[in-house]
Amino acid sequence: MDLDITNPLSDPVLEIAGLNLYYGASPALRDIALSIPRKQVTAFIGPSGCGKSTLLRCFNRMNDLLDNVRIEGSIKLDGDEITSPALDVISLRRRVGMVFQQSNPFPKSIYENIVYGLRIAGVNDKKTLDETVERSLKGAAIWDEVKDRLQDSALGLSGGQAQRICIARAIAVNPEIILMDEPCSALDPIATAKIEELINELKDLYTVVIVTHNMQQAARVSDYTAFLYLGELVEYGETKKIFTNPDNRHTEDYITGRFG
Amino acid sequence: MGSFWKQGEPQVWGTAAALSVTLLMVLVLVGVVMVNGLGFFWPSDTALVALTDGSKLLGQVSATEKATHAHGKRLQFKVGNRDLYGQDFRWVEERDIRTISWPHDSVVLERKENGNFHGFLKSVSLEGLAAPAAASPWETLRGALKEVSGLRNTLAETGQVMADMSSETEQLRLKILKLSHSGATANRGEISRLTSRREKLLAQFDVLLERFNESSEALEKPAAVFTDAAGEEKDIPLNAIVRAYRPNTMGVFAKASFYAGKVRELLLDEPRESNTEGGLFPAIFGTVMMVLLMSVFSLPFGVVAAVYLREYAREGLIVRIVRIAVNNLAGVPSIVYGVFGLGFFVYGIGGGIDRLFYPERLPTPTFGTGGILWASLTLAILTVPVVIVSTEEGLASVPKGLREGSLSLGATKFQTLKNVVLPMATPGIMTGLILAMARAAGEVAPLMLVGVVKLAPTLPLDGTFPFFHVDRKFMHLGFHIYDVGFQSPNVEAAKPMVFVTTLLLLAIVIAASSLAIHMRNKMKKRYATKAF
Repeated sequence: MDLDITNPLSDPVLEIAGLNLYYGASPALRDIALSIPRKQVTAFIGPSGCGKSTLLRCFNRMNDLLDNVRIEGSIKLDGDEITSPALDVISLRRRVGMVFQQSNPFPKSIYENIVYGLRIAGVNDKKTLDETVERSLKGAAIWDEVKDRLQDSALGLSGGQAQRICIARAIAVNPEIILMDEPCSALDPIATAKIEELINELKDLYTVVIVTHNMQQAARVSDYTAFLYLGELVEYGETKKIFTNPDNRHTEDYITGRFG
Repeated sequence: MGSFWKQGEPQVWGTAAALSVTLLMVLVLVGVVMVNGLGFFWPSDTALVALTDGSKLLGQVSATEKATHAHGKRLQFKVGNRDLYGQDFRWVEERDIRTISWPHDSVVLERKENGNFHGFLKSVSLEGLAAPAAASPWETLRGALKEVSGLRNTLAETGQVMADMSSETEQLRLKILKLSHSGATANRGEISRLTSRREKLLAQFDVLLERFNESSEALEKPAAVFTDAAGEEKDIPLNAIVRAYRPNTMGVFAKASFYAGKVRELLLDEPRESNTEGGLFPAIFGTVMMVLLMSVFSLPFGVVAAVYLREYAREGLIVRIVRIAVNNLAGVPSIVYGVFGLGFFVYGIGGGIDRLFYPERLPTPTFGTGGILWASLTLAILTVPVVIVSTEEGLASVPKGLREGSLSLGATKFQTLKNVVLPMATPGIMTGLILAMARAAGEVAPLMLVGVVKLAPTLPLDGTFPFFHVDRKFMHLGFHIYDVGFQSPNVEAAKPMVFVTTLLLLAIVIAASSLAIHMRNKMKKRYATKAF
């Protein structure tokens, strides 16, 4: 196979093909096929209920927590099939981290929040933990704000700080992919700007997949954009193209705010 | 008019009124208990009353009420001297009283038996005592009493040695019994060794017993002569006197220190006179011990059951039925639990243990009779639904986001439960524990069937191996209230004790709950999220 260096899509980290997902009998995702490029930011946009969060949650099998969910099709992470029931979900989730809409720091100290992923994996070496905390907090651009109060409760942080702690917590276990499910929807504009700046830095090391309601945000932070509507992938391509010259009339209507 | 009702103003007033009525009732209840209980130990003055018919009585005013037929009052005097008059109390119409005086030399004796004695000291016989005769008979009596109480303590120490000895011989007897049960011929050597040791011990015991009897006989000799209001003489051995005091000469300070001494006795001493006098220590100890043991059983069981119901079991018909059953368990009359505990724990499991491990002692039961272990287990079943329900609520209140956050980092369900969910549910679990403890401390009916007794000779916790005797019967404040108040031969004299016991039980429940609530609030603070 010819490797096209100029086109990141030729080296995808995730390959989704023929993906159908049902809640009970009703389909939530229909025949989704797309490739997520490595070390790029991919945004999923679309109106509420279009299935973008559901799709995101397929990548780390968070849908397993719900009863009555049935998945057909294939999702390959670096060539490994992750929809198979035999897959070790625990190790998958170490490779695919997640940041949620509501920041959800644990009721523990900042330090313990960051090392949580390591501790449950059995790492208790003080030096490794200390290094990880510093690296992750620096990586999440919050080291300077919290370095003097690592033993304070993480519950005392502001919303934006808490969200960055959650990002630091996700990168502490060195995942390949970070999934972000509307990470800024509960934040004020200043905190949002900080997170967006952070996302730009993260893509040097990680693949980022972000679900967002905010079209400007998608345009600002992402390299690739997928537009979903009613459980179907309507259009997928480079963000520049989707936002300036979409192929599909639906996409154009949504982006220009004619519906949604 | 319509808007008046719509705005809900009268409903607000109604709810406020309902709340205040409830609070008021609780306050009145506590108030009544406190007024009746707290005054019990205060040494009130003794009055010498001359009646119009020429007779006299000496006693403390214990109650007044409106006379039934006349306009005046009716006074109740605690006259004591049950052995002379047959009863401790006497009602007198106010119009029958000619004069009342408060003689300085009137003496009140607290005795080991037959209640208080009210009278005047005449003379003291110091037979066998070293204490010198002082200037006044009262001073002589005080010195003699001090010496007698010292002698009594020495005697009690000997008694303790004898008790230890007899429990050791009992252990030996049981060991011999066990050996001969498993094979008299095979263990012949060991049996004869133990038997000779036991006989040696018994011989030592007999020597001690003789000495003990001699000393206690000698202790009965020093006595004092008292006269009652009518001048009748009464010989009372000093050893029968617990306290002697002259309330009419005591100042407020002396009375307060007397009061403190009585409270100390209440909290730390054993009961006397079929529980109507003396202390409540064994009952306090039994209650606290039983509640703690109950918590040890009920808390883990309830939490584990709730975790399974809420986190692991698949929501469906069976889980719904189980949940309904758990909720209904909390409403089953407690005596039913008592009967169940008696049948299942005492006769079933306890009897089984006896047959398996102590067959040589049968038909005398060891575990096959009520005891603190079975009582705690019975109450644990009774309170476990409360723990389950509040733990489930606590688990449900943990935000979904936190579970997802933990799972998304690669934690297993169990790790998530252990590290995030359970710590956050602790305030809910503590609430369940508080309710369970309050309920358990107040239950009496089931306990009467599974191990509570009127008077337990030994505490469940002591210095002899294995230190914590879970098979022992125990005393309980709730049962004590019932027993003293309603089973006592001398109900009138026991009445204040009922209030005092009630007060203590309330205090224990409140203290335990406050402690748990304090811990819960501390945890809540730890897990409270700062608002954005």
